[in-house]
Amino acid sequence: MGYTENELAKDLENQEYKFGFVTNIDSDKAPKGLDESIIRFISAKKNEPEWMLEYRLKAFSIWKEMVEPSWAHVHYEKPDFQEITYYSAPKQTKKYESWDDVDPEMKATMAKLGISLEEQQRLTGTNVAVDFVMDSVSVATSFKAKLAELGIIFCSFSEAVQEHPELVRKYMGSVVPMTDNFYAALNCAVFTDGSFCYIPKGVKCPMELSTYFRINEGGTGQFERTLVVADQGSYVSYLEGCTAPQRDENQLHAAVVELIALDDAEIKYSTVQNWYPGDKEGKGGVFNFVTKRGMCERNAKISWTQVETGSAVTWKYPSCILKGDNSVGEFYSVAVTNNFQQADTGTKMVHLGRNTKSTIISKGISAGKSQNSYRGLVQIHKNASNARNFSQCDSLLMTDECGAHTFPYIECKNSSAKIEHEATTSKIGEDQIFYCLQRGISEEKAISLIVNGYCKEVLNQLPMEFAVEAQKLLAISLEGSVG
Amino acid sequence: MNELIQESKVAAFVEHLPQTMLAIDKELVSKAIATIKTTDFPTTRTEAWKYTRLARIAAISTANQTAREGKNLSREDIHSSYQITKDGLTFVFENGVFRSDLSSGEFPAGATIKPLTGCTKEELAIVGKSLTLENEVFNAMNTAYAVDGMYISIQDKAIIDAPIQLIHLITGKNTVSNLRNIIQIGKFAKAEIMQSYFALDAEASFTNVVTEVIVAENAHLTINKLQYEEEGNYHISTEQVDQAKDSTFTINTMSLNGTLVRNNLNIEVNGVNCMTNLHGAYVLKSNQHVDNHTIVDHKQPHCESNELYKGVMDEKSTGVFNGKVFVRKDAQKINAFQSNGNVLLSDDASINSKPELEIYADDVKCSHGSTTGQLDEEAVFYLRARGISEKSARHLMVSAFIEDVVTKIENEAFLNYTHSLLKERFGWDF
Amino acid sequence: MITIKNLHASIDGKEILKGLNLEVKAGEVHAIMGPNGAGKSTLASVLAGREEYEITEGSVDFDGQDLLELSTEDRAREGLFLAFQYPIEIPGVSNINFLRTSLNEIRDYKGEEQISAKDFMALVREKSALVELDAKLASRSVNEGFSGGEKKRNEIFQMAMLNPKLSILDETDSGLDIDALRIVANGVNKLKSPENATIVITHYQRLLDYIVPDVVHVLYNGKIVKSGPKELALELEEKGYDWIKAEVDAQ
Repeated sequence: MGYTENELAKDLENQEYKFGFVTNIDSDKAPKGLDESIIRFISAKKNEPEWMLEYRLKAFSIWKEMVEPSWAHVHYEKPDFQEITYYSAPKQTKKYESWDDVDPEMKATMAKLGISLEEQQRLTGTNVAVDFVMDSVSVATSFKAKLAELGIIFCSFSEAVQEHPELVRKYMGSVVPMTDNFYAALNCAVFTDGSFCYIPKGVKCPMELSTYFRINEGGTGQFERTLVVADQGSYVSYLEGCTAPQRDENQLHAAVVELIALDDAEIKYSTVQNWYPGDKEGKGGVFNFVTKRGMCERNAKISWTQVETGSAVTWKYPSCILKGDNSVGEFYSVAVTNNFQQADTGTKMVHLGRNTKSTIISKGISAGKSQNSYRGLVQIHKNASNARNFSQCDSLLMTDECGAHTFPYIECKNSSAKIEHEATTSKIGEDQIFYCLQRGISEEKAISLIVNGYCKEVLNQLPMEFAVEAQKLLAISLEGSVG
Repeated sequence: MNELIQESKVAAFVEHLPQTMLAIDKELVSKAIATIKTTDFPTTRTEAWKYTRLARIAAISTANQTAREGKNLSREDIHSSYQITKDGLTFVFENGVFRSDLSSGEFPAGATIKPLTGCTKEELAIVGKSLTLENEVFNAMNTAYAVDGMYISIQDKAIIDAPIQLIHLITGKNTVSNLRNIIQIGKFAKAEIMQSYFALDAEASFTNVVTEVIVAENAHLTINKLQYEEEGNYHISTEQVDQAKDSTFTINTMSLNGTLVRNNLNIEVNGVNCMTNLHGAYVLKSNQHVDNHTIVDHKQPHCESNELYKGVMDEKSTGVFNGKVFVRKDAQKINAFQSNGNVLLSDDASINSKPELEIYADDVKCSHGSTTGQLDEEAVFYLRARGISEKSARHLMVSAFIEDVVTKIENEAFLNYTHSLLKERFGWDF
Repeated sequence: MITIKNLHASIDGKEILKGLNLEVKAGEVHAIMGPNGAGKSTLASVLAGREEYEITEGSVDFDGQDLLELSTEDRAREGLFLAFQYPIEIPGVSNINFLRTSLNEIRDYKGEEQISAKDFMALVREKSALVELDAKLASRSVNEGFSGGEKKRNEIFQMAMLNPKLSILDETDSGLDIDALRIVANGVNKLKSPENATIVITHYQRLLDYIVPDVVHVLYNGKIVKSGPKELALELEEKGYDWIKAEVDAQ
């Protein structure tokens, strides 16, 4: 009669991935595999200057010496790096001058993703500038001219390499060095495109900047880079969305995101990640191995907000280096895992400067047979006087076959620091569901209400139109009612 | 290839130690020796040893173990300086060797208590039953080189009122003491065991103690443990505990002295309706390093575990807390609580805290909390405004902070003794 | 409105209701009283459709429908409302959002149109005044951080919003001070109409000074053992339940 846990589990299994369509666009691909010639091929394709090629080759030689990390609480078959296609660009490579020039099929893809530019504009009532990255190549950047009036640079990474080499050379690798980790090194060697953004001194970016990433081609890896530089006293809100079609094989996504907030600047970075999670048997799905890190100078603030519902395996720790005095780092996360998904995600807050502050709110929801881990580091260095951290990590369990794990690392070397960490693990409340049912609310809606309530602190951090999308995603991920 | 043939550092370390003479399974000893030969001391790259460096232990020159001959001590010395309570039975060991001349007290009815050297092969059949040797060099070293230790077996339904006291003294320079204890509590039985560790004219010595504990159905066991070896000495301690259904196990660990102390508590809760309490205090100064590493593994439903560890770090000391709670699949209705609080009193002190939960069942209530901070300056100011000196005010605040966990000790004599040591070493009043 | 015949229900193999009979007609208010453990709250839970209870025998007819065949939410949509003894807290979900979802799902079930935001807010204002519920509470999370009295008033507020056919008030008076009790009772009285009915489950006669019942039933040992006019409540208050127990046990 009522809604049992079993029924819920069944519902969760049966729902399909909403974004699992393939776009039929001819693409320009590199041969499979990875060696120096592929890197030269990518670099040549993109008409890169010599310094960029050297950077790639150096990263490649470092990567060859590294081993894939295995400390995360995830189990998967390690990708064969020679079976991946490292470059796949939609064939039509000419620059889009306006939205009208964009390939109609591509537009249709975006519309299916629910992110058409027109719709974005209509929804928000304000303007959102979008950079759309498909299979590693940036295909459309809108509102460029309007932003340029303010001195804001928002373009594809390749374009930035060509047109703003001084900025790229100055900041690329300054937060995530190529030696940082296995996937970051790989990304440095083979990245194909991504987004670049520069906000000049004192400028408050008047619109949300947004990038949508999509893996389309089969057997391709996506290795994009995002570099956001907020100069002194500036502000920007940046949105990132990800989807991929349904495929049987695992696809690799190894991105690097670097944020630089100079003195008094603020960057708000929001992600809704919905890479294909694999089917209900755990076949296929994206391996999402991402390095995201931000550097805060004096009085600067970086805020990461993420809603993670996709990917077969997630390995992701958006971090803040609080280098400048009085800088602030925030991390708000909802991570949902279902079926056979595995997520090991969290953050690192590294307090170097005085009076630095960090807040971590993490909400994990595990369903099906999934494993969901929070892993976080709060590190207070010796000179970080009066550092403050508050962490709250809650886990919600939906079935008796899933797991929810918490691995916080707290390292403190300063006596004036104050660190608080709290974590709870609990089951979705049967009493709460019954209460809703007694008010005539269906089980599915009840769960959606409760889950959205549970995640509210995080969803509230998202810009309005993204919050709507995120709520929908949560509903799709957990309710089985598509659309 | 040479590296493979080369002996491990651990093998070199134990080279001059006498192999165990205890009547334990030969195969187990061979297995332990094989582990020693192939495994090195863990480094900070090993997750379980991330915050604890063992270089100082590895560097002990173990060639000369002369101190085994024994200190000239009398029962009166023990009674006046080391015995925590006159009640019950007191067993004294020096460098792992049983000192019957220093031991005293009456043997309680319903229990078999003796040194391991006096045990038969049958009695020692349980040695190593649930202890991991693979990659665990200290467990392996203890198994292959255990000198002696306490054998305590409490009969079913026996209630042992007076505590059973184990005092271990480490003496001499570069001494290595491998002490092994076996504790079996029968069904519906109840006992309390005190373990205290002291150093006497010791320097760069190393105590490696392994205690295997079996708590049978509906049995109650409390272990009160005190670590007070002088600075300059090292101590690694492992408790391997197996709890059967309806049982209660409590351990209070007071780490107050010693340069490097590592406590491994591995609690396997193998029955339903069990209660597990882990409490610990670590109060450190100079360059002390104390690492508490606890695992509570809930394998059965309807159990509760409570864990509270609190630490105060002064001067250049370092505290480590790594608590892990597992709730296995089908271990429903588990209430597991874990809490760790730390106060740093100096800018050279540090704390690493890692409270972990791994949950594979859904109908559970688990929580953990960790706080790190300094004393409440407002409160210090308030006390000073009432005429209390700043120093006293701080002592008062620190002692109030740590007292929270110290008073979990129910045995009054042990509690008083702990207080007296805190007073002796830190000048605090309670 | 509702006809309960020979209802038997058990939980964890223990029988709590042992052949309960009750009929409530539209326009009526019935009070169910009884000593602790008699099965009062079980009756409320069984009627609302809590799954822990197993119905082993008997039938419940709700306005011509077999109530026991309906799911919990369909019972609610058909117009059965339970005011919980212990209202549940739902963190992060605003009272407003909760009620709007509820109202719309009930409307959807009946094939009616969704309520407009404007009409909804007007309804909230009107009904919250009925139980003197602070408008601020409406935007707070469901029952979270509410005082005991606020929670109970919130239950009656929800009842007013959903306009049910049959309301079951499960110990709604427990823990209330006299002012809160008066407010709650006032709310219930104002909502009374010839088309709806109310079952008041209570321990104390006190509430019945404010909500005057047409019939008072005594529930003891899983059955209705005595029914009478409102004066029966006064008698129970005066004499306790022992005389009823003695009467029943003598039979």
